Formats: sequence, structure tokens, C-alpha cells
Amino acid sequence: MSLNAIWTIYVFEMRRFFRTITQSFISPVLSTALYFVVFGAAIGSRIDEVEGVSYGAFIVPGLIMLSVMTQATTNASFGIYFPKFIGTIYELLSAPISFLEVVAGYVGAAATKALFIGVVILVTSFFFVDIQIAHPLAMMAFLVLTCVSFALLGFIIGIWAGNFEQLQLIPLLVITPLVFLGGSFYSITMLPPVWQTITLFNPVVYLISGFRWSFFGQADVGIGASLFAIALFTAICLAVIWWIFRTGWRIRQ
Amino acid sequence: MSAIVSVQNLRKAYAGGFEALKSVDLDIEEGEILALLGPNGAGKTTLISTICGITVPTSGTITVGGHDTQKAFRAARALIGLVPQEINLEPFETVMNTVRFSRGLFGKPRNDAYLEDILKQLSLYDKKDNKVMTLSGGMKRRVLIAKALSHEPRVLFLDEPTAGVDVELRKDMWEVVANLKASGVTIILTTHYIEEAEAIADRVGVINKGEILLVQDKADLMSQMGRKQLKIELSAAIAAIPDALADYDLTRADDGLSLLYHYDTKGERTGITTLLANLQKAGLQMKDLQTQQSSLEDIFVGLVKETA
Repeated sequence: MSLNAIWTIYVFEMRRFFRTITQSFISPVLSTALYFVVFGAAIGSRIDEVEGVSYGAFIVPGLIMLSVMTQATTNASFGIYFPKFIGTIYELLSAPISFLEVVAGYVGAAATKALFIGVVILVTSFFFVDIQIAHPLAMMAFLVLTCVSFALLGFIIGIWAGNFEQLQLIPLLVITPLVFLGGSFYSITMLPPVWQTITLFNPVVYLISGFRWSFFGQADVGIGASLFAIALFTAICLAVIWWIFRTGWRIRQ
Repeated sequence: MSAIVSVQNLRKAYAGGFEALKSVDLDIEEGEILALLGPNGAGKTTLISTICGITVPTSGTITVGGHDTQKAFRAARALIGLVPQEINLEPFETVMNTVRFSRGLFGKPRNDAYLEDILKQLSLYDKKDNKVMTLSGGMKRRVLIAKALSHEPRVLFLDEPTAGVDVELRKDMWEVVANLKASGVTIILTTHYIEEAEAIADRVGVINKGEILLVQDKADLMSQMGRKQLKIELSAAIAAIPDALADYDLTRADDGLSLLYHYDTKGERTGITTLLANLQKAGLQMKDLQTQQSSLEDIFVGLVKETA
């Protein structure tokens, strides 16, 4: 394993992020502020408390998850798709590195960017609502794991995508709906019983629930189930990446 | 001299069944410039891509510096620099950063002094902080070469380095290649410009339809296969070739003012002396004589035609 190569890819990718720092920084701050105005102030004023937490504070973990999942996925998918698109992938394929270095470099950079945005949103939310973090270490661990696992998913999408449209397809059609329906803005106990059961098949529920537990010490599903869900999701992504690595699918002819 | 790159029994078939390479054997000697000539679609790029690890061989073995490119790919690829045919560069990065990236990717520690030296050799130094997208096509091609050289390779593959490049830049590129050879780098270049192979290569390989037709020392190739042509200009036009000269397989020009005689320079007898004597006997008056040697192009066209 060449640590030098991983670091090189990581730095190169991070530089792309810092080239567009204004955009990377302002866009999550602005959208978070909008969510707080719309959901927190306008709608939230009519909702007293959810599970003993003010509605404004209740949506913070969901908001962070929403951005982090989409950002990690799109950053990683774009990161590996771009060299494929402009042809510079030849360099990654002819370098004395294996797929492991490539994954570590691109996924590491995408996860870092998503983590950065997650932290920015968290900090922004302190200006709007009063929140206490019950389990700060667990919160960071959940955040980092989510960043990494969704960056892995994004990497797979980037390898699979044959054009820019396909690149947008999964984040837009799968991740965003699953996050919105996964209890980012409500507790699933607020749903009718049938929908509660259906919702339990949405994997994102477990991630948001676990993350919310680290803030408020309570959640829709048990913390054990949440940990299992994120571990399973990460394992599936790693398995798919391992398979891509073995077969050279869509990369090496 | 020993082979730094050795290709044995290499076969590459694509998923659709197309056989791009059919049992290729090729040894590349350390320190030489080998030009691979072939028409479009001959398998030149596939051969290079397979040696460099971009495509996986269907069967056969390749070693670089004694390392198998499959089993010991890290050691093998570390020795190779590749300049691709297409100008594939990250447009938003600066020249220096993109060259640094290539070096790091090959696991080498940062060494800006070395990289600056390469940029100077390629007349890119004053552009080092410019974004790649602001450079001209010729400059971009040099950036590709700088990237390939950034990790100090012992073997450099140049895939059509002068395709679509103007004459002046092509000459510059030849000079760059000559300097690289002088610094001890083994160079393999593909081209379909015969004059390029003729101008810079030590050995020439001809590839067509996935097969290496020949690999030979350039000078040997040209003298061995090179046929010469003698043009005899006559003082007065003749209507037909005299019977006395029937044995010589002469060709009469349409205007009857000249005769063409083909002969092999390596043949034991060229037959020129007796031909000239017989011409006089037949009463033909010579005005002038011209000889012409067939170029690599003629040889190449002849070879490729045979396999067509």
C-alpha cells in the first residue's frame, strides 16, 4: 500500500473543494438557515415539542444527515467520475497502486468534505436553536461513519455512471426521498401504525435515529439496531467495491 | 544489451470478441528507441495499454525490468512512464500541481527541484503556475510528457506523440526524445508517420491487425528490404524495348524517353554493368542516369498490403 499515493489523491481532491470554497461553504449554511426559517420558525411554532425536544432542535440531526448523505455521495461520485470523463483515469490505472489506494484517496476526500459541511451546519444551527449534545463522541462517530459509508456508495455510483445524468440519478431519486421519508423532520411515532411498519424498511431511518439518539439520548429505534444498520450498509458498499476491484468492472477492459 | 520489456504470447480479445492482439512477441532493449508503425486500428494502442496495465491481457506474459506486470504490477509499473495519445489533463489545475500529482501517484517523495528541471527541458517552466486549460495544444502535450517523466521512469511509452502537431513542434518533440534517450531512458513510440520512425528510431516494428509483422534495426531493414531503382534517360525516344534487353525486366516510360530498372542492393550481382553494356550494344544512347532507394514508407506499405 502506497500511503504517498493515497495522500496525493486526497490532497488533489481536497484542492478541488477549496477552489470552490465559497460555494461549498455558503450553500449548506444558506440551505440550513432556510430550513430553520421554514420548518423551525414557521411550522415549528405550531408544534410544541417532539419527544420532549423543541421542534427546531429536533430537526437538527435530520438536517445534518440530509446534507451529509447527499454531499458525501455526490462528492465521491463526481470525484471518480470526472477522471473517467476527461480521460485522466489512465494515470490511476497505470500507476503502481491498487484499487485500495484509489478508493482510500477519493472516499477519504469526499468524506472529509461531507464532514466539513456537517460540522458547518451543526455550528450554524447553534445560532438558531438551543441544543445540547448528550453523547458528543457517539455523535462524531456516527457522523464520520455516515460520511465514509455514503462516500463509498458515491464511489460505486461514480464507477457505474456512464454520463452526468446517471451520476445525479441515485442521489436525486433514491437518497433524497429516503432521507425525507426517514424521519429527518418528524418522529416516526407521529405516523399511522401501518406507515410506521413500512418506514422500518427504510435503512435511512436507522441512521437518522441513531444520530438523533446521540443528541437527545432517545430515538425511534434502538441504538443497537442503528449501529447494526450502518455497519451492514458499510459492509455492503465495501463488498461491492471489492467486487469492482476484482473484476475491473467499468474501469479496466 | 538486455530486454527491459519482454512481451510473450500476448493475446488480447475484447468482450465483443474482437481480437486486438494475436499472440504478440516483442523484446525491447534497454536504451533503445523503438518505433511501432502501423495503420489505424492495428493494435498499437492496445499493445501499449496492456503493457502499462490499463487493459488486462487475455493471455500471455509481460515483464518490465524482469517484473511480471500482473504478479508484480507495482514493481513493473513503477518503471514505466506513459504519454497517452489523447490530451487527457485536469483543466483546472496548474501545470506544476498536475505534474506533482503524477509523481505522488507513483509513490515518489516530493521533489520540486527535479520537476522544475523537467519543465525547463520541455520549455514549460515559465508556464508552471498557469492553469492547464490556458495552454496551447502543443504545450498540453508537453505537460503529458512532463507528467510521464515526473516519477523518473526507465521506460517511456509515447502513443502517437506528434499526431496533429505542426511540423515545427514535431521537430522539437524529436529533439526531446533524442535528449531522453541520451539520458538513458528506453523509448517506445507508436506512430503512423513513417518519416518519424525514419528520423528517430533505432529499431522499427511493424504491426498490423494485431500481429507484429517484423521488428528490425532501422538501417538493416532499409538496406535489406530496400530495393533500388535505376532510371535511364535516353537521348531519343524508343517505341519498344529492344529484344536484346528482354531478359532485364525493364519498364519503358510512356513517352519512350526513359527506362526503369529495379534491382536489389543486397543481391550478389546487381546486373547494372552488363545492362549498361547491352544498352550500348542495342544502340541506345543514354542521356542521364538516376538511382533512387525505396523509403521506409514503401517498405511499410508493401508489408501492410501483404497482410491485408
